[in-house]
Amino acid sequence: MGRGTDILGGEAEIPIRKRIKVLVAKLGLDGHDRGAKVVARALRDAGMEVVYTGIRQTPEQVVNAALQEDVDVVGISILSGAHMALVPRVLELLREKGLEDVIVVVGGIIPSDDIPKLKAMGVKEVFIPGTPLNTIIEFIRRSVAAKRGEMG
Amino acid sequence: MKLEELLERALAGDHLAISRVISRVEYPSKEGAWLLSKLLARAGQAHVIGITGAPGSGKSTLIARLIEKYRGERRKVAVVAVDPSSPFTQGALMGDRIRMQRFATDPGVFIRSFATRGERGGISTAALLTVEVFDGLGYDKILLETVGVGQVDVDIMHAAHTIIVVTAPGAGDEIQALKAGLMEIGDIYVVNKSDRPGATETLKQLEFAIEGGIFKSRTGWKPIALKVSAALGEGIGDLIEIIERHLTYMSEAGLVKRRVEERRIHALKSMILWLVENKIDELLSRPEGSSLVKDVIDGRIPVYTAALKLLKLI
Repeated sequence: MGRGTDILGGEAEIPIRKRIKVLVAKLGLDGHDRGAKVVARALRDAGMEVVYTGIRQTPEQVVNAALQEDVDVVGISILSGAHMALVPRVLELLREKGLEDVIVVVGGIIPSDDIPKLKAMGVKEVFIPGTPLNTIIEFIRRSVAAKRGEMG
Repeated sequence: MKLEELLERALAGDHLAISRVISRVEYPSKEGAWLLSKLLARAGQAHVIGITGAPGSGKSTLIARLIEKYRGERRKVAVVAVDPSSPFTQGALMGDRIRMQRFATDPGVFIRSFATRGERGGISTAALLTVEVFDGLGYDKILLETVGVGQVDVDIMHAAHTIIVVTAPGAGDEIQALKAGLMEIGDIYVVNKSDRPGATETLKQLEFAIEGGIFKSRTGWKPIALKVSAALGEGIGDLIEIIERHLTYMSEAGLVKRRVEERRIHALKSMILWLVENKIDELLSRPEGSSLVKDVIDGRIPVYTAALKLLKLI
Protein backbone atom coordinates (compact mmCIF):
# COMPACT_ATOMS: atom_id res chain seq x y z
CA MET A 1 0.00 0.00 0.00
CA GLY A 2 2.99 2.30 0.42
CA ARG A 3 2.10 5.61 2.01
CA GLY A 4 -1.03 6.09 3.94
CA THR A 5 -0.43 3.23 6.34
CA ASP A 6 -1.22 5.61 9.17
CA ILE A 7 -4.18 7.09 7.41
CA LEU A 8 -6.59 5.79 10.05
CA GLY A 9 -4.62 7.71 12.66
CA GLY A 10 -2.87 4.68 14.04
CA GLU A 11 -6.13 2.80 14.40
CA ALA A 12 -6.14 -0.80 13.39
CA GLU A 13 -8.75 -1.70 10.80
CA ILE A 14 -12.13 -0.73 12.19
CA PRO A 15 -13.78 -4.07 12.88
CA ILE A 16 -17.09 -3.98 11.08
CA ARG A 17 -18.40 -7.21 9.70
CA LYS A 18 -19.02 -7.15 5.97
CA ARG A 19 -22.55 -8.25 5.22
CA ILE A 20 -23.24 -10.88 2.60
CA LYS A 21 -24.48 -9.22 -0.59
CA VAL A 22 -26.58 -11.21 -3.06
CA LEU A 23 -28.03 -10.38 -6.45
CA VAL A 24 -31.30 -12.14 -7.16
CA ALA A 25 -32.05 -12.11 -10.86
CA LYS A 26 -34.82 -13.38 -13.07
CA LEU A 27 -33.20 -14.50 -16.28
CA GLY A 28 -35.03 -14.84 -19.57
CA LEU A 29 -38.50 -14.24 -20.79
CA ASP A 30 -40.73 -15.75 -18.14
CA GLY A 31 -42.30 -13.20 -15.85
CA HIS A 32 -43.04 -15.43 -12.88
CA ASP A 33 -41.07 -13.91 -10.07
CA ARG A 34 -42.96 -15.22 -7.05
CA GLY A 35 -40.21 -17.70 -6.26
CA ALA A 36 -37.42 -15.17 -6.75
CA LYS A 37 -39.17 -12.73 -4.42
CA VAL A 38 -39.74 -15.38 -1.75
CA VAL A 39 -36.07 -16.31 -1.83
CA ALA A 40 -34.99 -12.65 -1.85
CA ARG A 41 -37.10 -11.96 1.21
CA ALA A 42 -35.80 -15.05 3.01
CA LEU A 43 -32.21 -13.98 2.39
CA ARG A 44 -33.01 -10.50 3.67
CA ASP A 45 -34.57 -12.01 6.79
CA ALA A 46 -31.38 -14.01 7.22
CA GLY A 47 -29.51 -10.70 7.48
CA MET A 48 -28.17 -10.46 3.94
CA GLU A 49 -28.23 -7.43 1.65
CA VAL A 50 -30.19 -8.46 -1.40
CA VAL A 51 -30.36 -6.59 -4.68
CA TYR A 52 -33.32 -7.59 -6.82
CA THR A 53 -33.21 -6.63 -10.47
CA GLY A 54 -36.71 -7.54 -11.62
CA ILE A 55 -38.01 -9.76 -14.39
CA ARG A 56 -36.92 -10.43 -17.97
CA GLN A 57 -33.22 -9.78 -17.56
CA THR A 58 -30.59 -10.61 -20.14
CA PRO A 59 -27.32 -12.29 -19.09
CA GLU A 60 -25.54 -9.00 -19.86
CA GLN A 61 -27.82 -7.02 -17.55
CA VAL A 62 -27.47 -9.55 -14.75
CA VAL A 63 -23.69 -9.69 -14.96
CA ASN A 64 -23.29 -5.92 -15.19
CA ALA A 65 -25.52 -5.47 -12.16
CA ALA A 66 -23.45 -8.05 -10.26
CA LEU A 67 -20.32 -6.18 -11.27
CA GLN A 68 -21.56 -2.73 -10.25
CA GLU A 69 -22.96 -4.00 -6.96
CA ASP A 70 -19.87 -6.12 -6.18
CA VAL A 71 -21.98 -8.97 -4.84
CA ASP A 72 -20.71 -12.17 -3.25
CA VAL A 73 -23.43 -14.29 -4.80
CA VAL A 74 -25.60 -14.25 -7.91
CA GLY A 75 -28.84 -16.19 -7.53
CA ILE A 76 -30.52 -16.87 -10.84
CA SER A 77 -34.18 -17.80 -10.95
CA ILE A 78 -35.31 -19.39 -14.18
CA LEU A 79 -38.52 -21.21 -15.00
CA SER A 80 -38.72 -20.96 -18.74
CA GLY A 81 -36.57 -23.95 -19.65
CA ALA A 82 -33.93 -21.78 -21.28
CA HIS A 83 -31.39 -22.39 -18.53
CA MET A 84 -29.00 -24.42 -20.69
CA ALA A 85 -28.75 -21.46 -23.06
CA LEU A 86 -28.76 -18.56 -20.61
CA VAL A 87 -26.88 -19.79 -17.54
CA PRO A 88 -23.70 -20.70 -19.48
CA ARG A 89 -23.77 -17.22 -20.98
CA VAL A 90 -23.91 -15.68 -17.49
CA LEU A 91 -20.94 -17.79 -16.38
CA GLU A 92 -18.99 -16.87 -19.49
CA LEU A 93 -19.65 -13.15 -19.02
CA LEU A 94 -18.71 -13.34 -15.34
CA ARG A 95 -15.37 -14.85 -16.32
CA GLU A 96 -14.88 -12.38 -19.12
CA LYS A 97 -15.38 -9.46 -16.74
CA GLY A 98 -13.10 -10.77 -14.04
CA LEU A 99 -15.86 -11.95 -11.71
CA GLU A 100 -14.94 -15.62 -11.59
CA ASP A 101 -14.95 -15.55 -7.78
CA VAL A 102 -18.66 -14.70 -7.62
CA ILE A 103 -20.69 -17.67 -6.37
CA VAL A 104 -23.48 -18.59 -8.78
CA VAL A 105 -26.54 -20.53 -7.67
CA VAL A 106 -29.57 -21.38 -9.78
CA GLY A 107 -33.14 -21.94 -8.69
CA GLY A 108 -36.19 -22.99 -10.63
CA ILE A 109 -37.54 -25.82 -12.71
CA ILE A 110 -34.36 -27.60 -13.75
CA PRO A 111 -34.57 -31.20 -15.04
CA SER A 112 -32.36 -33.49 -12.96
CA ASP A 113 -30.26 -34.38 -16.03
CA ASP A 114 -29.23 -30.76 -16.40
CA ILE A 115 -28.11 -30.26 -12.80
CA PRO A 116 -24.71 -32.01 -13.13
CA LYS A 117 -24.14 -30.22 -16.43
CA LEU A 118 -24.76 -26.83 -14.87
CA LYS A 119 -22.51 -27.68 -11.95
CA ALA A 120 -19.76 -28.82 -14.30
CA MET A 121 -19.94 -25.42 -15.97
CA GLY A 122 -19.38 -23.64 -12.68
CA VAL A 123 -22.79 -23.28 -11.03
CA LYS A 124 -22.15 -23.87 -7.35
CA GLU A 125 -25.57 -25.32 -6.52
CA VAL A 126 -29.01 -25.82 -8.06
CA PHE A 127 -32.15 -25.48 -5.96
CA ILE A 128 -35.26 -27.13 -7.36
CA PRO A 129 -38.83 -26.35 -6.25
CA GLY A 130 -39.50 -27.58 -2.75
CA THR A 131 -36.00 -26.83 -1.45
CA PRO A 132 -36.38 -25.50 2.12
CA LEU A 133 -35.40 -21.83 2.33
CA ASN A 134 -33.04 -22.67 5.16
CA THR A 135 -31.06 -24.96 2.89
CA ILE A 136 -30.48 -22.06 0.50
CA ILE A 137 -29.58 -19.65 3.31
CA GLU A 138 -27.14 -22.06 4.91
CA PHE A 139 -25.55 -22.93 1.58
CA ILE A 140 -24.93 -19.27 0.81
CA ARG A 141 -23.57 -18.54 4.29
CA ARG A 142 -21.16 -21.46 4.11
CA SER A 143 -19.99 -20.70 0.59
CA VAL A 144 -19.37 -17.02 1.28
CA ALA A 145 -17.56 -17.79 4.54
CA ALA A 146 -15.35 -20.28 2.72
CA LYS A 147 -14.63 -17.78 -0.04
CA ARG A 148 -13.74 -15.04 2.43
CA GLY A 149 -11.59 -17.46 4.37
CA GLU A 150 -13.71 -17.12 7.49
CA MET A 151 -14.58 -19.97 9.81
CA GLY A 152 -17.80 -21.48 8.52
CA MET B 1 -4.14 -5.73 -7.93
CA LYS B 2 -2.15 -2.91 -6.37
CA LEU B 3 -4.12 0.05 -5.07
CA GLU B 4 -2.41 2.52 -7.40
CA GLU B 5 -3.34 0.36 -10.37
CA LEU B 6 -6.90 -0.08 -9.11
CA LEU B 7 -7.30 3.67 -8.82
CA GLU B 8 -5.81 4.25 -12.25
CA ARG B 9 -8.18 1.78 -13.84
CA ALA B 10 -11.16 3.26 -12.01
CA LEU B 11 -10.18 6.71 -13.25
CA ALA B 12 -10.02 5.29 -16.77
CA GLY B 13 -13.66 4.21 -16.39
CA ASP B 14 -13.21 0.48 -15.81
CA HIS B 15 -16.43 -0.62 -14.08
CA LEU B 16 -14.87 -3.55 -12.24
CA ALA B 17 -12.22 -1.27 -10.76
CA ILE B 18 -14.82 1.36 -9.82
CA SER B 19 -16.90 -1.29 -8.10
CA ARG B 20 -13.91 -2.55 -6.12
CA VAL B 21 -12.96 1.00 -5.11
CA ILE B 22 -16.46 1.56 -3.72
CA SER B 23 -16.33 -1.74 -1.83
CA ARG B 24 -13.07 -0.74 -0.17
CA VAL B 25 -14.50 2.64 0.76
CA GLU B 26 -17.92 1.55 2.01
CA TYR B 27 -16.48 -0.45 4.90
CA PRO B 28 -13.79 1.55 6.72
CA SER B 29 -10.34 0.23 5.90
CA LYS B 30 -6.83 1.51 5.33
CA GLU B 31 -7.09 0.78 1.63
CA GLY B 32 -10.40 2.64 1.48
CA ALA B 33 -8.92 5.59 3.34
CA TRP B 34 -6.04 5.81 0.88
CA LEU B 35 -8.34 5.61 -2.15
CA LEU B 36 -10.70 8.14 -0.65
CA SER B 37 -7.90 10.59 0.07
CA LYS B 38 -6.87 10.48 -3.60
CA LEU B 39 -10.44 10.83 -4.86
CA LEU B 40 -11.43 13.58 -2.44
CA ALA B 41 -8.64 15.68 -3.90
CA ARG B 42 -10.31 15.39 -7.31
CA ALA B 43 -13.93 15.68 -6.16
CA GLY B 44 -16.09 18.78 -5.99
CA GLN B 45 -16.96 19.04 -9.68
CA ALA B 46 -20.04 16.85 -9.99
CA HIS B 47 -23.62 18.00 -9.77
CA VAL B 48 -25.26 15.95 -7.02
CA ILE B 49 -29.01 15.67 -7.34
CA GLY B 50 -30.94 14.30 -4.38
CA ILE B 51 -34.20 12.52 -5.01
CA THR B 52 -36.37 11.97 -1.98
CA GLY B 53 -40.01 11.29 -1.16
CA ALA B 54 -42.36 8.79 0.40
CA PRO B 55 -42.22 5.09 -0.46
CA GLY B 56 -43.97 4.40 -3.74
CA SER B 57 -43.90 8.00 -4.98
CA GLY B 58 -41.90 6.92 -8.02
CA LYS B 59 -38.35 8.03 -7.22
CA SER B 60 -36.61 5.19 -9.05
CA THR B 61 -38.78 5.50 -12.14
CA LEU B 62 -38.10 9.23 -12.21
CA ILE B 63 -34.37 8.60 -11.91
CA ALA B 64 -34.52 6.24 -14.89
CA ARG B 65 -36.01 9.11 -16.91
CA LEU B 66 -33.31 11.51 -15.77
CA ILE B 67 -30.62 9.00 -16.74
CA GLU B 68 -32.20 8.71 -20.17
CA LYS B 69 -32.11 12.47 -20.73
CA TYR B 70 -28.60 12.95 -19.38
CA ARG B 71 -27.28 10.09 -21.49
CA GLY B 72 -28.84 11.81 -24.48
CA GLU B 73 -26.56 14.73 -23.63
CA ARG B 74 -23.61 12.32 -23.33
CA ARG B 75 -23.14 13.01 -19.64
CA LYS B 76 -21.69 10.38 -17.33
CA VAL B 77 -24.26 9.44 -14.72
CA ALA B 78 -23.90 7.66 -11.39
CA VAL B 79 -26.76 6.55 -9.20
CA VAL B 80 -26.40 5.95 -5.48
CA ALA B 81 -29.61 4.32 -4.26
CA VAL B 82 -30.32 3.77 -0.59
CA ASP B 83 -32.83 1.28 0.82
CA PRO B 84 -33.60 0.53 4.46
CA SER B 85 -32.01 -2.28 6.45
CA SER B 86 -34.30 -4.23 8.72
CA PRO B 87 -33.86 -3.14 12.33
CA PHE B 88 -34.44 -6.75 13.37
CA THR B 89 -32.18 -8.75 11.06
CA GLN B 90 -29.97 -6.02 9.54
CA GLY B 91 -30.84 -7.55 6.19
CA ALA B 92 -32.08 -5.44 3.29
CA LEU B 93 -34.00 -5.92 0.08
CA MET B 94 -32.88 -3.37 -2.47
CA GLY B 95 -35.11 -2.95 -5.48
CA ASP B 96 -34.31 0.49 -6.83
CA ARG B 97 -32.33 -0.97 -9.71
CA ILE B 98 -35.39 -2.68 -11.16
CA ARG B 99 -36.53 0.54 -12.83
CA MET B 100 -33.04 1.36 -14.06
CA GLN B 101 -31.83 -2.00 -15.34
CA ARG B 102 -32.14 -0.98 -18.97
CA PHE B 103 -29.07 1.16 -18.34
CA ALA B 104 -27.09 -1.72 -16.82
CA THR B 105 -25.20 -2.24 -20.06
CA ASP B 106 -24.47 1.44 -20.69
CA PRO B 107 -20.78 2.13 -19.96
CA GLY B 108 -21.64 5.74 -19.11
CA VAL B 109 -23.95 4.77 -16.24
CA PHE B 110 -22.98 3.24 -12.92
CA ILE B 111 -25.62 2.24 -10.37
CA ARG B 112 -24.84 1.14 -6.84
CA SER B 113 -27.30 0.17 -4.10
CA PHE B 114 -26.79 0.66 -0.37
CA ALA B 115 -28.59 -0.50 2.74
CA THR B 116 -28.89 1.98 5.60
CA ARG B 117 -27.26 -0.49 8.06
CA GLY B 118 -29.03 1.04 11.01
CA GLU B 119 -28.31 4.65 10.11
CA ARG B 120 -31.12 7.18 10.20
CA GLY B 121 -31.84 10.23 8.11
CA GLY B 122 -32.67 8.53 4.80
CA ILE B 123 -29.13 8.12 3.48
CA SER B 124 -26.02 6.48 4.89
CA THR B 125 -22.36 7.21 5.47
CA ALA B 126 -21.34 4.64 2.89
CA ALA B 127 -23.62 6.31 0.35
CA LEU B 128 -22.11 9.72 1.12
CA LEU B 129 -18.58 8.42 0.68
CA THR B 130 -19.61 6.78 -2.58
CA VAL B 131 -20.84 10.16 -3.80
CA GLU B 132 -17.29 11.42 -3.18
CA VAL B 133 -15.90 8.44 -5.11
CA PHE B 134 -18.08 9.08 -8.17
CA ASP B 135 -17.34 12.80 -7.95
CA GLY B 136 -13.61 12.12 -7.81
CA LEU B 137 -13.91 9.73 -10.76
CA GLY B 138 -15.35 12.47 -12.93
CA TYR B 139 -19.04 11.63 -13.15
CA ASP B 140 -21.07 14.66 -14.28
CA LYS B 141 -24.38 13.92 -12.59
CA ILE B 142 -24.73 11.93 -9.40
CA LEU B 143 -28.29 10.96 -8.56
CA LEU B 144 -28.65 10.18 -4.88
CA GLU B 145 -31.88 8.37 -4.06
CA THR B 146 -32.93 8.27 -0.42
CA VAL B 147 -34.97 5.53 1.20
CA GLY B 148 -38.71 6.04 1.05
CA VAL B 149 -38.74 8.69 3.73
CA GLY B 150 -41.02 10.07 6.39
CA GLN B 151 -41.26 13.72 7.30
CA VAL B 152 -37.99 14.05 9.17
CA ASP B 153 -35.51 12.09 7.07
CA VAL B 154 -33.86 15.16 5.67
CA ASP B 155 -30.13 14.40 5.66
CA ILE B 156 -30.20 14.62 1.88
CA MET B 157 -30.28 18.42 2.32
CA HIS B 158 -26.61 18.33 3.33
CA ALA B 159 -25.53 15.95 0.61
CA ALA B 160 -27.01 17.20 -2.66
CA HIS B 161 -26.81 20.46 -4.61
CA THR B 162 -30.32 20.16 -5.94
CA ILE B 163 -33.05 18.47 -3.95
CA ILE B 164 -36.09 17.02 -5.63
CA VAL B 165 -38.99 16.02 -3.41
CA VAL B 166 -41.23 13.54 -5.22
CA THR B 167 -44.84 13.26 -4.24
CA ALA B 168 -47.86 11.63 -5.81
CA PRO B 169 -51.52 12.67 -6.09
CA GLY B 170 -53.55 11.93 -3.02
CA ALA B 171 -50.56 12.17 -0.72
CA GLY B 172 -52.65 14.22 1.67
CA ASP B 173 -54.26 17.63 1.91
CA GLU B 174 -52.34 20.82 2.41
CA ILE B 175 -52.11 20.26 6.15
CA GLN B 176 -49.62 17.54 5.30
CA ALA B 177 -47.78 19.96 3.09
CA LEU B 178 -47.37 22.43 5.93
CA LYS B 179 -45.60 19.97 8.15
CA ALA B 180 -42.02 20.62 8.99
CA GLY B 181 -39.20 18.52 7.66
CA LEU B 182 -39.35 16.95 4.25
CA MET B 183 -41.54 19.69 2.86
CA GLU B 184 -39.02 22.34 3.83
CA ILE B 185 -36.01 21.03 1.99
CA GLY B 186 -37.07 20.78 -1.64
CA ASP B 187 -35.70 22.97 -4.39
CA ILE B 188 -38.07 21.26 -6.79
CA TYR B 189 -41.34 19.55 -5.90
CA VAL B 190 -42.42 16.94 -8.39
CA VAL B 191 -46.00 15.73 -8.48
CA ASN B 192 -45.40 12.38 -10.12
CA LYS B 193 -48.08 10.17 -11.70
CA SER B 194 -49.65 13.25 -13.27
CA ASP B 195 -52.01 11.04 -15.24
CA ARG B 196 -53.80 10.14 -12.04
CA PRO B 197 -56.77 12.02 -10.63
CA GLY B 198 -55.90 14.66 -8.08
CA ALA B 199 -52.53 15.60 -9.59
CA THR B 200 -53.61 19.15 -10.38
CA GLU B 201 -55.00 19.62 -6.86
CA THR B 202 -51.77 18.38 -5.31
CA LEU B 203 -49.79 20.72 -7.55
CA LYS B 204 -52.01 23.64 -6.55
CA GLN B 205 -51.50 22.89 -2.86
CA LEU B 206 -47.76 22.83 -3.34
CA GLU B 207 -47.84 26.07 -5.31
CA PHE B 208 -49.98 27.64 -2.62
CA ALA B 209 -47.43 26.67 -0.01
CA ILE B 210 -44.58 28.04 -2.11
CA GLU B 211 -46.38 31.29 -2.94
CA GLY B 212 -47.40 31.75 0.68
CA GLY B 213 -43.77 31.52 1.66
CA ILE B 214 -44.45 28.39 3.67
CA PHE B 215 -41.78 26.51 1.78
CA LYS B 216 -38.74 28.65 2.29
CA SER B 217 -35.46 27.57 0.93
CA ARG B 218 -32.20 28.07 2.83
CA THR B 219 -30.52 29.44 -0.25
CA GLY B 220 -33.02 32.08 -1.26
CA TRP B 221 -34.08 30.02 -4.27
CA LYS B 222 -37.83 29.98 -4.71
CA PRO B 223 -38.91 26.35 -4.95
CA ILE B 224 -40.70 25.25 -8.10
CA ALA B 225 -43.47 22.68 -8.28
CA LEU B 226 -44.39 20.77 -11.41
CA LYS B 227 -46.31 17.74 -12.59
CA VAL B 228 -44.62 14.86 -14.38
CA SER B 229 -45.40 11.31 -15.27
CA ALA B 230 -42.21 9.34 -14.90
CA ALA B 231 -43.91 6.18 -16.13
CA LEU B 232 -45.13 7.86 -19.32
CA GLY B 233 -42.12 10.12 -19.71
CA GLU B 234 -44.15 13.32 -19.58
CA GLY B 235 -42.81 16.57 -18.16
CA ILE B 236 -39.24 15.27 -17.91
CA GLY B 237 -37.84 17.89 -20.27
CA ASP B 238 -39.29 20.65 -18.07
CA LEU B 239 -37.87 19.01 -14.98
CA ILE B 240 -34.39 18.80 -16.49
CA GLU B 241 -34.60 22.45 -17.47
CA ILE B 242 -35.54 23.46 -13.90
CA ILE B 243 -32.74 21.30 -12.46
CA GLU B 244 -30.23 23.10 -14.69
CA ARG B 245 -31.69 26.46 -13.75
CA HIS B 246 -31.25 25.57 -10.09
CA LEU B 247 -27.65 24.52 -10.64
CA THR B 248 -26.97 27.84 -12.36
CA TYR B 249 -28.53 29.63 -9.40
CA MET B 250 -26.40 27.70 -6.93
CA SER B 251 -23.29 28.30 -8.92
CA GLU B 252 -23.92 32.06 -9.34
CA ALA B 253 -24.63 32.35 -5.63
CA GLY B 254 -21.34 30.63 -4.90
CA LEU B 255 -23.15 27.80 -3.15
CA VAL B 256 -21.90 24.79 -5.12
CA LYS B 257 -18.66 24.57 -3.21
CA ARG B 258 -20.41 25.37 0.06
CA ARG B 259 -22.68 22.36 -0.40
CA VAL B 260 -19.69 20.11 -0.98
CA GLU B 261 -18.25 21.37 2.31
CA GLU B 262 -21.57 20.73 4.02
CA ARG B 263 -21.66 17.22 2.56
CA ARG B 264 -18.24 16.47 4.01
CA ILE B 265 -19.10 17.85 7.43
CA HIS B 266 -22.22 15.73 7.38
CA ALA B 267 -20.26 12.65 6.34
CA LEU B 268 -17.89 13.28 9.24
CA LYS B 269 -20.73 13.56 11.74
CA SER B 270 -22.53 10.51 10.44
CA MET B 271 -19.31 8.51 10.41
CA ILE B 272 -18.76 9.35 14.08
CA LEU B 273 -22.31 8.31 14.93
CA TRP B 274 -21.89 5.12 12.98
CA LEU B 275 -18.63 4.24 14.70
CA VAL B 276 -20.06 5.04 18.11
CA GLU B 277 -23.08 2.91 17.40
CA ASN B 278 -20.87 0.05 16.33
CA LYS B 279 -18.92 0.37 19.57
CA ILE B 280 -21.80 0.83 22.01
CA ASP B 281 -22.62 -2.83 22.54
CA GLU B 282 -19.00 -3.76 23.02
CA LEU B 283 -18.59 -0.89 25.45
CA LEU B 284 -21.66 -1.77 27.49
CA SER B 285 -20.52 -5.36 27.85
CA ARG B 286 -17.10 -4.38 29.23
CA PRO B 287 -16.88 -4.37 33.07
CA GLU B 288 -16.77 -0.53 33.37
CA GLY B 289 -19.67 -0.30 30.97
CA SER B 290 -21.83 -2.98 32.48
CA SER B 291 -21.45 -1.64 36.02
CA LEU B 292 -22.62 1.78 34.82
CA VAL B 293 -25.54 0.13 33.07
CA LYS B 294 -26.44 -1.56 36.35
CA ASP B 295 -26.30 1.79 38.16
CA VAL B 296 -28.64 3.29 35.59
CA ILE B 297 -31.08 0.39 35.79
CA ASP B 298 -31.17 0.61 39.56
CA GLY B 299 -31.57 4.36 39.45
CA ARG B 300 -28.35 5.10 41.34
CA ILE B 301 -26.85 7.22 38.57
CA PRO B 302 -28.88 9.45 36.26
CA VAL B 303 -28.77 8.67 32.55
CA TYR B 304 -27.03 11.99 31.83
CA THR B 305 -24.09 11.23 34.07
CA ALA B 306 -23.72 7.66 32.91
CA ALA B 307 -23.86 8.67 29.25
CA LEU B 308 -21.12 11.26 29.67
CA LYS B 309 -18.94 8.77 31.53
CA LEU B 310 -19.49 6.15 28.84
CA LEU B 311 -18.65 8.58 26.05
CA LYS B 312 -15.25 9.07 27.62
CA LEU B 313 -14.65 5.34 27.50
CA ILE B 314 -15.18 5.14 23.75
